[in-house]
Amino acid sequence: MTKKQKKVLTRIIIAIVLLVAYSFIPESILPEDSIIRFALYMIPYLVIGYDILKKAFKGIKNKQVFDENFLMAVATVGAILLGDYVEGTAVMLFYQIGELFQSYAVGKSRRNISELMDIRPDYANLEVDGEISTVDPFEVKIGSIIVVKPGEKIPLDGVITEGTASLDTSALTGESVPREAKPGDEVISGCINNSGLLKIRTTKEFSESTVSKILDLVENASSKKSKSENFISKFAKVYTPAVCYSALALAVIPPIISAFVTGQPEITKWIYRALTFLVISCPCALVISIPLTFFAGIGGASKAGVLVKGSNYLEALSNTKIVAMDKTGTLTKGVFEVTKAAPKNISEEELLYLAAHAESYSSHPISISLKNAYGKDIDEGIVSDIEEIAGHGVQAKVNNDTVAVGNAKLMKSLNIEYSGDDEVGTICHVAVNGKYAGYIIISDRIKETSKSAIAKMKNAGITKTVMLTGDAKSVADKIAAELQISEVYSELLPGDKVSIVEKLLNEKSDKDKLVFVGDGINDAPVLSRADIGVAMGALGSDAAIEAADVVLMDDDPEKISLAVKIARKCIRIVYENIYFAIGVKLVCLLLGAIGIANMWTAIFADVGVMIIAVINAIRALRVKQ
Amino acid sequence: MTKDYRIEVDCANCANLMEDAAKKTEGVENCVVNFMTLKMKVTFKDGADEKKVMKEVLKNCKKVEDDCDIEF
Repeated sequence: MTKKQKKVLTRIIIAIVLLVAYSFIPESILPEDSIIRFALYMIPYLVIGYDILKKAFKGIKNKQVFDENFLMAVATVGAILLGDYVEGTAVMLFYQIGELFQSYAVGKSRRNISELMDIRPDYANLEVDGEISTVDPFEVKIGSIIVVKPGEKIPLDGVITEGTASLDTSALTGESVPREAKPGDEVISGCINNSGLLKIRTTKEFSESTVSKILDLVENASSKKSKSENFISKFAKVYTPAVCYSALALAVIPPIISAFVTGQPEITKWIYRALTFLVISCPCALVISIPLTFFAGIGGASKAGVLVKGSNYLEALSNTKIVAMDKTGTLTKGVFEVTKAAPKNISEEELLYLAAHAESYSSHPISISLKNAYGKDIDEGIVSDIEEIAGHGVQAKVNNDTVAVGNAKLMKSLNIEYSGDDEVGTICHVAVNGKYAGYIIISDRIKETSKSAIAKMKNAGITKTVMLTGDAKSVADKIAAELQISEVYSELLPGDKVSIVEKLLNEKSDKDKLVFVGDGINDAPVLSRADIGVAMGALGSDAAIEAADVVLMDDDPEKISLAVKIARKCIRIVYENIYFAIGVKLVCLLLGAIGIANMWTAIFADVGVMIIAVINAIRALRVKQ
Repeated sequence: MTKDYRIEVDCANCANLMEDAAKKTEGVENCVVNFMTLKMKVTFKDGADEKKVMKEVLKNCKKVEDDCDIEF
């Protein structure tokens, strides 16, 4: 608790003790309308309410009549003038308890969220000429060497020059499996070094580093206000004056009518009811709980590795009905791998051995995947007479055998019979000394979680899943069938993706939202055209963080449905709070007007609703993985 | 030009009032107050003197919420 909060708490305790003590004084000693009784009750009233009265007075000076301090002051002073000392003091007391609770709860969730995002490094170990000194990360220039010891956070983005380590990225991605890092690997700030001493050459300044970008994004997220937040601030502006004017009307009109009808104006009764109105007129519960819910929701999502750039996107995300996904990098790994080797008359290992060696001098993605599949060291000494045939493949001597590796065109030009025409993926035929030796299929692998990700989306109420790809129809259809994606658009040029997303946007109703998920590298126009652009695996990619509305820190497609679920939960809480708070207040106003609810009910409704709404809001922080 | 300022304010409604007051200040193009992070993002009109405008913003905010403060 802060000093300010402790002071208020002390005042609350003093007021409670005094009020309880007074209730034991028998009425014979302290008659109802005695001046001593008034003076005694003035002590707790002023102890608890002096600052409110002071603020109210200043408010009048500044013409801020609908200020909540002013309203509380009028309500309590009014009650005291009517002789209800206990009620007047109690209303002030509970109002202060509510305010204290609110400031405590808000402070606590502010701290909770900053702890969730506890990725900001406090220092960097800068190495200059073999000497290590501890400096502020802000002072480290690009190209400096920093040392990261086990247990420390990597303070700046960079490349490892020395040492290997396993890195804990959970604070950034929500992913609990550590990542191995070795010299030459790029590492990003915010990861924790679990083991091993690392030397890193920095590639970015602190303000440009991943950590700064993420913190900046999360902290600014709640500045982009959602429709519900705008609704509440508009509502608050209308609600308070409306209730105040009704209070005035209640104090004036019924007495006049009853004076004419019965000859008894009953002014005290109606003024009391009007004062009850003023107690309920504060919109605090709503005004605090809605932004708090969004703040907590965005904080909880960040912890799970889903960065949402604004409350408005969280709101839109909750209405997601269509998810359009790019294939490469989103549903598939985007890395080409050997998925099948079909040797003819030789062993599988021999086939890979020959292909990998023949391609050993090339840095083409296909030859890299062949080498990876072979898995052993390449003996470049046994390879000679390499001849690259553009658009066909390569021919080389491996151990004095002439090996040809390439596509169907190469086989045709060499007059070699080949098989495997019905395979999906990039096909690599291999021939040894003019004889066909089989083929190798290289294709992009589907991510392990892609299938369950699509199933989870459907469970989450997403009616249409769409896959967009530049790949051939046969490849696209096969993957779509395997993942059970409802619509596929294949053989697309980059520009076509935008027009297809536009077509999908036109077909749906305004209420339903379309999410586009891409890896953010060349999807920027589509990301911005969709209702919500989601960039995936964006850790360290500035362009993606810029272009997208939601950023998934790792490349797991299951996070898409998780993001939608987090958004739905958050919005559900927002609506619960809106209906609950407005509902209770309206009921209390009604009951107050007909005299069933008194000032006690009113203050309990006001403070109680606020406390319940705040506790409910904080629920949004918790995310079930 | 857009700048962020740390603010001191106790209640969410007061933060909204501050936002309104700042928006109406001469030289301010737009203003967003974020109660949760206690930040005020002010977009200034072209050619506005930041220090002078912020003094006015604070003055106007004090009118609606006496207990507030802006660090600038």
